[in-house]
Amino acid sequence: MSTVADYVARIEGTCGAESDVIVVFKYEKKDEAIANILKKAQIKNKIAGIIFELTFEGMSFRLYTSGKAIFRGVKNRQELIDFLVRLLI
Amino acid sequence: MDIQAIRRDFPILKRQINGYPLIYFDNAATTQKPHQVIDAVTDFYENHNGNVHRAVHTLSLEATELYEKSREEIAKFINAREPSELVFVRGTTEAINLVAYSWGVSNLAKGDEVLLSLMEHHANIVPWEITSKIKGFTIKYANVKPDGTLDYEDFDAKITSKTKIACLSHVSNVTGVINDVKRITKTAHDHGALMLVDGAQSVPHLSVDVQDLGMDFLAFSGHKMLGPTGIGVFYGKKEVLKQMPPFMGGGEMIKEVSYSQGKGQCSISWNDLPWKYEAGTPNIGGAIGLAVAVRYLESLGMDNVLTHEKALTKYAIERMNECPSVSIYGSSNFSNKLGIIPFGLKGFSSHEAAAAFNEYGIMMRSGFHCAQPLHEVFRLESSARASFYIYNTEAEIDRFIEVIREFDQS
Repeated sequence: MSTVADYVARIEGTCGAESDVIVVFKYEKKDEAIANILKKAQIKNKIAGIIFELTFEGMSFRLYTSGKAIFRGVKNRQELIDFLVRLLI
Repeated sequence: MDIQAIRRDFPILKRQINGYPLIYFDNAATTQKPHQVIDAVTDFYENHNGNVHRAVHTLSLEATELYEKSREEIAKFINAREPSELVFVRGTTEAINLVAYSWGVSNLAKGDEVLLSLMEHHANIVPWEITSKIKGFTIKYANVKPDGTLDYEDFDAKITSKTKIACLSHVSNVTGVINDVKRITKTAHDHGALMLVDGAQSVPHLSVDVQDLGMDFLAFSGHKMLGPTGIGVFYGKKEVLKQMPPFMGGGEMIKEVSYSQGKGQCSISWNDLPWKYEAGTPNIGGAIGLAVAVRYLESLGMDNVLTHEKALTKYAIERMNECPSVSIYGSSNFSNKLGIIPFGLKGFSSHEAAAAFNEYGIMMRSGFHCAQPLHEVFRLESSARASFYIYNTEAEIDRFIEVIREFDQS
């Protein structure tokens, strides 16, 4: 059974009032992670062909084809990890 | 300046990121390194590595010679009266902490005031906030106008006979606005205060003459001016440095540590300047690399560096103003601004914007840039920041604008 740690290299908070959190996927697993996410989430918009605006369980986020996702306004890191379990696995 | 020749000196600029040629617009955070600097550091470790001032063997003597020659070269670069006024530190942050803990803790007390500004980098706020809790002095902040320039009237109003030191950036790391350091220094001195200048964003980009500007302290970082990371400079006027106690204790910064059997105590005497402030083994390779970086900049001419950056900034602002989705924050007065442009992109948070540009190989910064109070003045949650240096080109700015247009069309 896969885990979030199989796909995610780092979760980084950002400075700024927005509380954005960047999830960086492991290079060797990024294509699989992106494919899994695109199977589950709904595409709201595709920017310049390489950035997906997505929603999943009511949460909006952006997915970058180089292997990262940015989640806005994350208050609780554990909730984000639980969300990633449902999104990725 | 021959920009294409300069670009050939920077190996990293040959890289591709996500299939696109690297465009490096994060120079206010750190700059790339020319092969001359990389080669000098490699040469030191391959051929001359030894500890400085410690031994009579060949390698130690060669390392000492290279290290002290580097100090001489960098001292000349900022026109210090003598090399002993120049202390090697890790960077601007350490230099400001040195002043706060050494000069500040021994000279400031309840009732005294320290004057900063709201455009300061956290490195020029936090050391003073920490030491104010120890010593009980008061910190005042000079206001910043809505265009990001210093409110000189407010600065003049807040400096009083109680002010013992004023500490300001020469150039804002968020807006690129250049402060009139000569004027501020004169005002500080007229009130009997010392002047500390954070030169992290100025020394790499314009000619800084410490004797002409007159500040008592100047701090800057090597890695923002083509040098290695982990090396920086703390300049202090000799007469002030002589009166300050050491910052950190250890080897190198002492002349003698003598144990008295009778008293059961050690008596210690400090080393001469500048070594009194260089406890432990310094970053020898870093200092040598920084001197080579300085030589590289001098070979270009600092006036040429400034001219190139101002031209790029003007061009970038004009091109960015063509894009309705872009909002540039702060001053657009080119004559008073270096190559740093904070901006917002409609529909993107600053981090989303920086990540989006990265998809196209364009590196830039997002967030508060360690200057949260200034973002609060601007009422911004954060900003994206493009910052330029000697190897950037108009063609790169054109590509940046093309990418913005692609985003706009989506």
